[in-house]
Amino acid sequence: MASKDSDPGAEAPVPSALKILVAGGFGAGKTTLVGAVSEIAPLRTEEVMTEASYGVDDLSGVESKSTTTVALDFGRITINESLVLYLFGTPGQERFWFMWEELSEGALGAIVIADTRRLETCFAAVDFFERRGVPFVVAVNCFEGAHLYEPDEVREALSLNPEIPVVLCDARQRDSAKQVLLTLVNRVAESVNA
Amino acid sequence: MQAHDEFGPGGIRPVPPQRDVVGGYGEDTGSEEAGPLVRPYVIAQGRDHADTVQLDMISVVIAAKRAEVDEMELEPEQLRILELCRKPLSVAELSAHLDIPVAVVKVLLSDLLNRGLALARAPYQAKSPVSRDVLQAVLDGIQRL
Repeated sequence: MASKDSDPGAEAPVPSALKILVAGGFGAGKTTLVGAVSEIAPLRTEEVMTEASYGVDDLSGVESKSTTTVALDFGRITINESLVLYLFGTPGQERFWFMWEELSEGALGAIVIADTRRLETCFAAVDFFERRGVPFVVAVNCFEGAHLYEPDEVREALSLNPEIPVVLCDARQRDSAKQVLLTLVNRVAESVNA
Repeated sequence: MQAHDEFGPGGIRPVPPQRDVVGGYGEDTGSEEAGPLVRPYVIAQGRDHADTVQLDMISVVIAAKRAEVDEMELEPEQLRILELCRKPLSVAELSAHLDIPVAVVKVLLSDLLNRGLALARAPYQAKSPVSRDVLQAVLDGIQRL
């Protein structure tokens, strides 16, 4: 085998990665949307998170810790030889807030998938991204047979600022999912200019 | 859109729920199963986050091409990492392929990085205003899908 002498020119260029979060309630279509645009079948990683919990048993004076396993589905889009975009489906429930903190760090932006059958399941995500100043768009996933609402009705129900885009989509369709992504990146561009 | 035909003009439609200020959202969907937790930490030889190199879930890793690998000094999982990283892969992808939690992959990786057996590239930092060039590249990349 060759010596240890490093020859940087010989190494393949290592691309830099970007991420976009896809948030929404259980069954809202996060993984479906990721799968529609990803160049690989969505992968799943399990993150073991430790949360300190205080209280209950004060006698001991020792904090107890609970461990939660959180599954994340994600996909990948190669932008060019120096950039890779990862899309992370993030668990929508409020109790995963601690995890969103870490995930949203450095994220380009977020897509909140609204399931109009259970619109309330995306409230927490909208709150979170608003507070953290993460640029986001709301994608209304149009399931067959689901009550359909106009984007304006969804906007009103979510008390969204007028500049937040609300788009209808079919998370199963690549073209539709692409449009959602493009809307988000354009939104990010606007917020950069602002 | 043929949204509300079934209700007819002026018909009654369910009102979408309104967002309240805090709390009380949807039901938990209970993916509570915590798999066996012991094994990964044994692989990582009980090391903690403390001595790990700063790695992100989307840090991209590639095996150093010309490094000499002493297989006896490495964990089997580390050898697998080097194998997988002949092409650039993110920490998250390694975690998924190896079925090992992200935190443990980070520990195994930082050891490889410290030994000069692999290289990692930190994620593009979107915190500072993202450059127009990068955004345009992303738009073009998505358009091509």
